[in-house]
Amino acid sequence: MTELRIAFTLNGEPCEAQTAAHRTLLEVLRARGAVDVKEGCGEGVCGTCTVLLDGEPVSSCLVLAARAQGRDLMTVRGLGDAGAPHPLQSAFVAHGAAQCGFCTPGMLLTAYALLRDRPRASRAEIRRAIAGNLCRCTGYTKIIDAIAACAEGAARG
Amino acid sequence: MPAAPFDYEAPATLADALDLLRERGEDARPLAGGQSLVPLLTLRLARPRLVVDLDRLHELRAVRRTPGALEVGALVRHRALERGEGLLALCPLLQEAAALIGNARVRALGTVGGSVAHADPAAELPAVLRALDGAVVLRSARGERVVDAGDFFVGMLTTALAPGELLTAVRLPLPSPGAGFAVEEFSRRAGDFAVVAAVAVVELDGGAVARARVALAGVGPVPARLDRLEAALRGERLESGAIRRAVAERPLEIDPEGDIHASAEYRRHLAAVLTARALERAAEAAGRAIV
Repeated sequence: MTELRIAFTLNGEPCEAQTAAHRTLLEVLRARGAVDVKEGCGEGVCGTCTVLLDGEPVSSCLVLAARAQGRDLMTVRGLGDAGAPHPLQSAFVAHGAAQCGFCTPGMLLTAYALLRDRPRASRAEIRRAIAGNLCRCTGYTKIIDAIAACAEGAARG
Repeated sequence: MPAAPFDYEAPATLADALDLLRERGEDARPLAGGQSLVPLLTLRLARPRLVVDLDRLHELRAVRRTPGALEVGALVRHRALERGEGLLALCPLLQEAAALIGNARVRALGTVGGSVAHADPAAELPAVLRALDGAVVLRSARGERVVDAGDFFVGMLTTALAPGELLTAVRLPLPSPGAGFAVEEFSRRAGDFAVVAAVAVVELDGGAVARARVALAGVGPVPARLDRLEAALRGERLESGAIRRAVAERPLEIDPEGDIHASAEYRRHLAAVLTARALERAAEAAGRAIV
């Protein structure tokens, strides 16, 4: 069993962690208190453990922690907090886009990466982008409404 | 569930990786993008003693143009295919196929080599490789060999890779300029593996089919080519309905099995419908390219 010491950036802060090589990034992040990263299916399907790895959404349950060495990680806390929420976070509140809230961190990070790359994303593009993030409460409509409200030229078809 | 403990090496060179794979044989598993292997590890369906992380092998990220073909390094990610980065734009079929793989997170990390070596019978890229008469480059400490896609896939999740061998690249012969292509698939939910997927490549000569190729995923343990249908289409003129008639006239040369996702009969039905759709769209695209 290989033990590794890894260094990475988490929400802008330099971090180090000691981990066994068979641990996933999800396990290591939660063990160090980043419990805003949720564990859902553990198979890369549900999307609630989404983090941004060098800016790209990935399933942290499908990344070995060793792969975080030297990389830049962002969790939903990196977007904003209750005192200074990101516009997407405010829109999720305003549109009632969260019910139980378990999918919300992954939804927000996926939406953030989408609008960063495609600021004028249509509702169809939003639906496609969050197709890999499962929500068992909302029926998705309010989540799509919230993301669409943050797109430039909001409420386009 | 956490994965069972394993040793971990991240060699800096291909030669070091191949040495490790030779020394450790069946105990070692190479890790590419991890989108198939990591869930197998955490579900404990795979329990290697050693994981050889290929992430540092930048030489496997190269895309090269060779005469008539594209050589795509094993570690090129689905995302790069989807975006048609660099030379990958020479084969737009890759963009259409890669956009259908898994979800955006899978495409961000998953690799060409990982998908092809994993050989899921419902995966898109093995079918693309078959449709283009592609080949894989396999390296080991003993040397290199090139295996045609038709010989590489030998069964469900089973390939011609020998212990100690690593898939380092795929070779994709480029269709002639003006060729049309299409990927049609049906899956139960967005992001699921396809129940059935059809990849079509059509080349026209003066409005008639010079060559049509179809590969299907999800209709057997390995991607299937439809040789009889392809031969029947040769020389056909593509007036309305010709392709659908050609597909309907003969039973497709496939023998799918039923499982929890779909019965054999339903897979056979999907195969015929998706084959016709893919061929029609590919032929239309080829026709447009000529005009």
